[in-house]
Amino acid sequence: MVFFSRVINWLDERFPIKAFYKKQFSEYYVPKNLNAMYVFGVLAMLLLFNQLITGIWLAMSYTPTAANAFASIQYIMRDVPYGWLIRYMHTTGASALFIVLYIHLLRGLMYGSYQRPRELVWLLGMTLYFIIMIEAFMGYLLPWGQMSYWGAQVITSLFGSIPVIGKGLEQWVRGDYLVSGVTLGRFYALHIIAFPILMVFLVYLHLSTLRHVGSNNPQGVDIKKHVNKKGVPLDSIPFSPYFITKDILAIAVFLFLFCVVIFFFPDGFGFILEKSNFEPANPLITPEHIEAAWYFSPFYAMLRAITFSLFGLDAKFLGMVVMMSSVLIVFFVPWLDKSPVRSIRYKGYLSKCFLGLFVVSFLVLAVMGSLPVSKATTWISQFATLGYFSYFLLMPWYSRFETTKPVPERVSL
Amino acid sequence: MEEKINKSRRRFLVGSTTALGVVGGVGVAVPFLCSWQPSDAARASGAPVQVDVSKLEEGQQMTIAWQGKPVWIVRRTAQTINDLPKLNEQLVDPLSSVDQQPAYADNLYRSIKPEYLVLVGICTHLGCSPTYQPTSASDGDAQWYGGYVCPCHGSRFDLAGRVYKHYPAPTNLVVPPYHFKNNRVIVIGIGQNAEGDA
Repeated sequence: MVFFSRVINWLDERFPIKAFYKKQFSEYYVPKNLNAMYVFGVLAMLLLFNQLITGIWLAMSYTPTAANAFASIQYIMRDVPYGWLIRYMHTTGASALFIVLYIHLLRGLMYGSYQRPRELVWLLGMTLYFIIMIEAFMGYLLPWGQMSYWGAQVITSLFGSIPVIGKGLEQWVRGDYLVSGVTLGRFYALHIIAFPILMVFLVYLHLSTLRHVGSNNPQGVDIKKHVNKKGVPLDSIPFSPYFITKDILAIAVFLFLFCVVIFFFPDGFGFILEKSNFEPANPLITPEHIEAAWYFSPFYAMLRAITFSLFGLDAKFLGMVVMMSSVLIVFFVPWLDKSPVRSIRYKGYLSKCFLGLFVVSFLVLAVMGSLPVSKATTWISQFATLGYFSYFLLMPWYSRFETTKPVPERVSL
Repeated sequence: MEEKINKSRRRFLVGSTTALGVVGGVGVAVPFLCSWQPSDAARASGAPVQVDVSKLEEGQQMTIAWQGKPVWIVRRTAQTINDLPKLNEQLVDPLSSVDQQPAYADNLYRSIKPEYLVLVGICTHLGCSPTYQPTSASDGDAQWYGGYVCPCHGSRFDLAGRVYKHYPAPTNLVVPPYHFKNNRVIVIGIGQNAEGDA
């Protein structure tokens, strides 16, 4: 023990680890009333770490060429010792990450975690989410199955819908006239090197900005208003050990569920590993029913919902604009919300209704995007798209004019 | 010694260094960005393909690969050829005014011979390959005269590759350059006027 503290002291003289530990853990003060919705950030980090480690191991046995990619996945699944487990951890981890992120985002919307002074935390988080979407999309091409191929074909075609520069841009992204081995090679490089580095950097920024402004809480009470003589907020407890303990419990529960899926339902009933993806990519035949990965399903439904031209722009381009806007508009929530209170608990009736409408629209779109196209799915998707956007676009109006409840001075448990 | 800061000189030096730095940065970016363009190997893979269509029965479709893309050849029935003009009302561009076909296929049938339809099998919406549905559409549309339904976003095309209204695809399917070498063989990739036009 004496030896250990001597090593720590030796280190601390050369690199301030004690100050770092204090600032980030033992003297980082967190509101004491955080509820279970606040564990999804740490779960997202755990999953990113899982993706990183399993990804490195998969890269050791994977071959990024059109001729061998599909076979190398089979090699990982059948021949590599525990290759199946590592791959299932990676595929299930991707789906789990999106579940966790959607709840994490909903938490932010519910409790107004994006409001001043946390706008930058929100922007960095959304950027991270956007980067993770691209990362997941590129990773999805790598198994080189039918769904991989045609998914990449559709999404890269979106570039082609941009007027004037579209066709050239589409070829530039693919490096070929269609998605091919060239596309696979560059997606692989971006998936395993460029984007992971970017993600680690953004996680660092997201957490640094959070540490600087401090965590919000379910009541949206500003705990920094009431501090003791040392400047410590009265309604707070240190992150270490209290919240670390809480996070470990959440991680244990999560890992239990995660392992159930990995060991007993690794294909997630066709939602984690789609049936069509067990067939090698064939550029000549699109499978009868193609759908986006479930976590992109709501956005895909919005793309499909636009079947009409408007203002001289064709449906194809409009569909892409609507789909892109549906993600980009979330970035602007800090400036769309004009409410004097943060948390949904003290907001008015309208805010609650619109948040409900948003959640329902999102879920309906997710279901519509996974069904084959018909007149009914198109109609329902169009209405749900309106519901989705009305939450954001009408926010400046309903958040300003509704009657809010008074926010308490101090947090209550 | 008097310390006097020449601010305008400092501004000039900072400005010119920044400007040159930007020029250098753009210059370095060029090879990295251009590296993503299709390679010469990809550009060269467009060799013409010869197809024997003599075994194709009426109403049948065959798919071959040209430039890595699916190309369909359909032998249309007399009934289909008669039905084509009836559809005009329901189509976006029934007379093929958008340039999606070589001049020699710019007619009612969008083909050289009415009997044989040749199309690039890639949806003009987002690049999926539509499914051949000669008799009935997937949702049991009673007015279906045969054609293609795209599995990705539901766009529909008739048996001349013309797109139906109210679906996401903006234009008709592309007719590739082709010609008949003789009564049995179609050459895809070389047009009727012998230049590799499209």
